[in-house]
Amino acid sequence: MAKIIVDGVEVDVPPEYTLLQAAEAAGAEIPRFCFHERLSIAGNCRMCLVEVKGAPKPVASCAWGVRDCRPGPNGEPPEISTKSPTVKKAREGVMEFLLINHPLDCPICDQGGQCDLQDQAMAYGVDTSRYHENKRAVPDKYLGPLIKTSMNRCIHCTRCVRFTTEVAGVSDLGAIWRGEDMEITSYLERALGSELQSNAADLCPVGALTHKPEAFHYRPWELTKTDSIDVMDAVGSSIRVDSRGREVMRILPRVNEAVNEEWITDKARHIVDGLRMQRLDRPFVRVNGQLRPASWQEAFGAIATKLKGTDPKRVGAVVGDLAAVEEIYALKLLMESLGVTNIDARQDGTVLSPTYGRGSYLFNTTIADIEDADAILIVGSNPRIEASLVNVRIRKRWRVAPPAIALIGEHVDLTYPYAYLGAGPETLTELLAGRHSFAEALKGAERPLIIVGQGALVRPDGLAVLSLAAQLAQSVGAVKEGWNGFSVLHTAASRVGALDLGFVPGAGGLTAAEMANGGVDVLFSLGADEIAVAPGTFVIYQGTHGDRGAHRADVILPAATYTEKSGTYVNTEGRVQLANRAAFAPGEAREDWAILRALSDVLGHRLPFDSLNALRAKLYEAYPHFADFDRIAPADVASAVQALAGLGGSAGREAFVSPIKDFYLTNPIARASGVMAECSALAQERRLVAAE
Amino acid sequence: MAVRKLAPEEIQPDSFTFSSENMAFVAQQIAKYPPGRQASAVIPLLWRAQEQAGGWLPRKAIEKVAELLDMPHIRVMEVATFYTMFNLEPVGKYFIQFCGTTPCALRGAGDIKKVLERRVGEQNHVSADGNFSWLEVECLGACCNAPMVQINDDYYEDLTTENFEKLLDDLAAGRPVKKGSQVGRRSSEPQGDVKTLTDPHLYDGSQVGAWRKRFEEEAASTASAGEAAAATASAPSTPKPAKPEAGRAIESEAADTPAKRAKEGEAPISQTERKEASDGKRATAVEARTEDAAKPAPQSDKSYVATPSKPSGGAPTPDAPSTPVAGTPPSDTPQRRDGSESKPDVTLDKSNKPS
Repeated sequence: MAKIIVDGVEVDVPPEYTLLQAAEAAGAEIPRFCFHERLSIAGNCRMCLVEVKGAPKPVASCAWGVRDCRPGPNGEPPEISTKSPTVKKAREGVMEFLLINHPLDCPICDQGGQCDLQDQAMAYGVDTSRYHENKRAVPDKYLGPLIKTSMNRCIHCTRCVRFTTEVAGVSDLGAIWRGEDMEITSYLERALGSELQSNAADLCPVGALTHKPEAFHYRPWELTKTDSIDVMDAVGSSIRVDSRGREVMRILPRVNEAVNEEWITDKARHIVDGLRMQRLDRPFVRVNGQLRPASWQEAFGAIATKLKGTDPKRVGAVVGDLAAVEEIYALKLLMESLGVTNIDARQDGTVLSPTYGRGSYLFNTTIADIEDADAILIVGSNPRIEASLVNVRIRKRWRVAPPAIALIGEHVDLTYPYAYLGAGPETLTELLAGRHSFAEALKGAERPLIIVGQGALVRPDGLAVLSLAAQLAQSVGAVKEGWNGFSVLHTAASRVGALDLGFVPGAGGLTAAEMANGGVDVLFSLGADEIAVAPGTFVIYQGTHGDRGAHRADVILPAATYTEKSGTYVNTEGRVQLANRAAFAPGEAREDWAILRALSDVLGHRLPFDSLNALRAKLYEAYPHFADFDRIAPADVASAVQALAGLGGSAGREAFVSPIKDFYLTNPIARASGVMAECSALAQERRLVAAE
Repeated sequence: MAVRKLAPEEIQPDSFTFSSENMAFVAQQIAKYPPGRQASAVIPLLWRAQEQAGGWLPRKAIEKVAELLDMPHIRVMEVATFYTMFNLEPVGKYFIQFCGTTPCALRGAGDIKKVLERRVGEQNHVSADGNFSWLEVECLGACCNAPMVQINDDYYEDLTTENFEKLLDDLAAGRPVKKGSQVGRRSSEPQGDVKTLTDPHLYDGSQVGAWRKRFEEEAASTASAGEAAAATASAPSTPKPAKPEAGRAIESEAADTPAKRAKEGEAPISQTERKEASDGKRATAVEARTEDAAKPAPQSDKSYVATPSKPSGGAPTPDAPSTPVAGTPPSDTPQRRDGSESKPDVTLDKSNKPS
């Protein structure tokens, strides 16, 4: 630790700290544009100038280390001043230079009200300009459907360039020309090819990069902010949902070091228009092959009539990817009371199940601890599209000091180099037998990490593959005291919560695939849109969007999306998180648990709760770990891996294929979004170009 | 800086490949750097690509270089756009970089510019016959022979409107031209008469030690002998003799310069020299470099640091503890020099980890 005096306050900070960090540790605020904690240091905006005692001129505090400071003549700690008149004058000078070329278009700028330059100009700006020449004019650039540019406003901080290059891992953006003519652009103005690109617009300290889909739609001070959880993938990123009236206007990331740091995927951010489009706002009942609008009573009546004459063995329930724990629990209770054992939350057919213990289906390593792994094997997964922020962590780990990384499955671009071992289970077998050079790397590693993706598990021999992976984890010592290196990567936000609840077929019960293929006469689908139900089955669809599930349905019960209800979600690590309501469901749509409670009354098996709080009280009684928000209930990984390893079985030969075919269109909300459709089309084009 | 842009799509060639000898050059450049650092070779590669493509960089050449160096396209693009030495649009067969900075401007660059505007046209435009294009650039460092232009790889100095027009005529007609000064002077020697340092006493040795003599005289004239005597005691009894070989060019009879000739009343530029200057065969012949490559760069004899073990004047002393080689990162210096050395509790940690 090194001592340093900041504005007369002596603090003890690690010597590798920069002056800016030391000043923050001492409670002094330093204005900055180019500096960002998660990006490399550029030191080009000069806004963070401070005075160092003994230095002839102000220094850029973001790029000056505490260990670079000289001590005083008698060995006193170095002294810096962040509030002296020199510093203020220096910063005012910098601000004046920045404003020379910055247009005065705050009234028509989307960044207005959330602009670093605006805020800092309040503190360091002057009210008149001494500049009489023309301002610089820069042509706007096309950067794809998500980022709108207004390059006159650019102050050349290069945060966007550093973000895309360092964090997102695509070298698309760059700064061409030089000096006053410098321009930020992509090569020949191609659309950015990253699933994280919108974060660059968040990072922009001015209005040069703004979010195109939200352009001119709101002012930040009009919005009501609600902290929530993203459900577009199983990472469970922390988000803030901003709404105006009953409409969600935008979604922003929240800082959560354990999960998403401060990034979110474009899908999590820009499905906002999908929340408005194609919504089911009233119940529907199919009459003579046609879906007709109906009242809740009529819809419930139709269901009750149908269920009365059906044997519980011919009734089933499937849970989709976006359901919260509360409604899955309510559905489970309802199905139990009806005597139904055909329940399944795994519409993609994954073999994971609570039978082998909670450790058998969680991302046990936790996302943050990926940074400690020293050898990483990815089996049957494309983390870049299945869980982009997990991929960002792996990339972050790779940037610190490249560990051995290998992949079995599809040979895809993960934004970091890796050893491609093979496509299917036989490579895993070889690796287990030690007939592969990467086996040495795994064995030699202190903290090996094996990530098993859904691509390896949503297949008939999935259990055998999972067992192979568990055996490999055992043989390389991936699960031991202080390190859990066996991790399963999920793709559905509801999955872990449903598995925790045991929403899998009971004794003699059918799986989702069996139910969908005519195994049942009546199928209750809680937002299960990714499964095709065979003709003949009476489908009750409770969901939010007029999507695949609704088209097939015989009765539609309109429900609320994740922004319109308070719901518990468990992410792939097993972290229990609470999504809050930011807006209200449209029309007659209701919160899911309430629909199930009302339906249970009509069916004559009234559920034992009348409010969400009562439901939660019962839920927490039965499953106490759901009450422990933002924490991961410890799972016995060693015995789960032991159980999985003991399964054995013979794996087939087909290559692993990621279940996610199109990153931008994985769920009904995303499919309703025009922005996602545009992104998907662009990504399709890029794939075609790449294939050439 | 002039506005530059990529050449329009319709004049971009469809492909670019390095010729085989240039590929050898590429391999040689890449081999200069450690594996994984091949991107360091981007500037030589772009330069060679520009030479091969006829003085400008087509888009395909930028992409080719990116491919060869395993760099993203935008990174090569950044380099190609940053440096003004890379032309992104086609240039004439003779690409004229005209210096318009102050010394040239004072010596009549404005007239040269008018010639260019009249004969070639606008900046950054290739003339109709494809022979010329021109660009105003900042100082090219030949101010003593101002005004000047650079045409392709060579400097043409001491321009006047007449000789510059003739130069352009010759180039356009494919006639040989003389590089360097167009008025026949060698390198940057004075043109015309010598006006300074002309006093012959400066060179006969009489001035060496003159100040000492003056001090002695002054000392002798003062009455108090004690201190003055002590002050002059250290002076040698006889002043050092002048060194005829001290390197003053004008002293050497071998140097036959226009200045000297002017001093001696001859014509500064002889007829033979004029003839030589207009003799194209001789003028355009590119002479191979004969400089010894192993010759060390000139180094100052002076050192501001006391190095007791100074083996030879000016050469860096590897064992000098307090003078790290310039550019050494602080972490690699044998000794910490960050100020913490004077702190009692800090131990020297080479790995640069927080202590």
